[in-house]
Amino acid sequence: MDDHLDDYMTAVARTMALPLEDAWRPAVRANLEVALRLARLVDDFPLPDELASAAVYST
Amino acid sequence: MSDTPTSMTAAEIAQAVSSRKITALAATEAALARIAVHDKVLNAFTDVTADRARARAKAVDAAIAAGQPAGPLAGVPFAVKNLFDVQGLATRAGSKINRDLPPSPRDATLIERMEAAGAVLVGALNMGEYAYDFTGENAHDGPSRNPHDPTRMAGGSSGGSGSAVGGALVPIALGSDTNGSIRVPSSFCGTFGLKPTYGRLSRARSFPFVASFDHLGPFARSVTDLALAYDAMQGPDADDPACSVQSVEPTVPLLANDVGRLRVAIAGGYFQQNLLPEAVEAVARVAKALGATQTVELPEAARARAAAFIMTTTEGAALHLDRLRKRANDFDPPVRDRLIAGAMIPAVYVDKAQKFRRWYRARVLELFQSVDVILAPATPCVAPKIGQATFTLDGVELPVRPNIGIHTQPISFIGLPVAAVPVPLEPMPIGVQIIAAPWREDIALRVAYALERMGVVAAPAPRGL
Repeated sequence: MDDHLDDYMTAVARTMALPLEDAWRPAVRANLEVALRLARLVDDFPLPDELASAAVYST
Repeated sequence: MSDTPTSMTAAEIAQAVSSRKITALAATEAALARIAVHDKVLNAFTDVTADRARARAKAVDAAIAAGQPAGPLAGVPFAVKNLFDVQGLATRAGSKINRDLPPSPRDATLIERMEAAGAVLVGALNMGEYAYDFTGENAHDGPSRNPHDPTRMAGGSSGGSGSAVGGALVPIALGSDTNGSIRVPSSFCGTFGLKPTYGRLSRARSFPFVASFDHLGPFARSVTDLALAYDAMQGPDADDPACSVQSVEPTVPLLANDVGRLRVAIAGGYFQQNLLPEAVEAVARVAKALGATQTVELPEAARARAAAFIMTTTEGAALHLDRLRKRANDFDPPVRDRLIAGAMIPAVYVDKAQKFRRWYRARVLELFQSVDVILAPATPCVAPKIGQATFTLDGVELPVRPNIGIHTQPISFIGLPVAAVPVPLEPMPIGVQIIAAPWREDIALRVAYALERMGVVAAPAPRGL
């Protein structure tokens, strides 16, 4: 995916009508790379299919 | 007891006002005078509500003179991070954009509760833009500065709250903590801070950031003051859908209870890595004082921090999506760039982060079957210099801003209550997290109180003023 990250950023920005000026691209990309690295760390962790999201403590 | 209002604790001020030794107006004027002198250096305040404060103080004095019961915070000056709605002010949340909002029609719930207890709001405080910050720096208002060395960061995002209390401009301030924004400035500025259980204190009429784990809470210069503020703010609130229906559970009467039977453990593994020597020393001092030798491992803490990061950047992006489209150039550029990147994260990762949170929370709660308290560093180091971009942790050079909160994020991610306590090292203080099970703020505060009584933790006099 990294090889295509600039293309991905362009496509998402266009699809979501988000501004993405050329001057901002290096910083946005750097942030995106960090976030995706951390997202993959979470993704790698096996979770049971039936697990539901956390909510508010009730007791 | 100290003898001038600016050197008195909140408890001392309330006692003196209640017994008519001083007036609420005198306490308020003293705070306003100290703010006028020292905020030129600290830049903690964005708004000083002097007229409102004087009117409120006179009302407190009039009520006491008429024989009405004085509240537990009678005449105590306090200030709030500028993401709390203050009637008559636009809630800027550290941004340029929000200054165009209309004035708030009503105070935040927590301000109303503080004033119902007799406290006097004196102003609103500087913060990192939209709370997406650990430094206390702000592109629009300038940085809030550290009261022990104004060349150093106050910490963020509640930088003004840490600076104002650490600098003794006010005895109590309120802030918010999503990933560490009460605990980090408490650590850097040498104050006590309480991040309560998620859902304990109402967030109604405050500007959000990450609703899944946004918390509000107090800063103070003593544990008693922290508990007084916390107790005054407890209670259900239908205006915040996450606010629990828990009944009020006062902590002040419990502070002096013995802590000798509490099972105290030190967080190991992840929480003993990426630390400079001062953070190691601070945890060691607290652990020794409490006789803690057992170590517990919070499982998958690094992954918990990663999941917190993903939920933060994506929920933040969702919150600001329309502002990014319409006013991108009015953001602080680094905040804008983080939020745009957050908008580009696939939703499947967010869902997995939320589900991981459920797994992680269950595993951590199991630890509390065998321990009552877990100790962990609040920050990897003392306050860095303002503008410092990198630091070296465990031999690796890392960017400062996102890594200041690496030890706080895995805790707030699952909403555990934490008292941040200041260890007064020289030349700069640093904090330790006292972490308890959900709804056991009383335990965290009791341990903090015991440490304070032992002289192990204390809010140092501001060294930079």
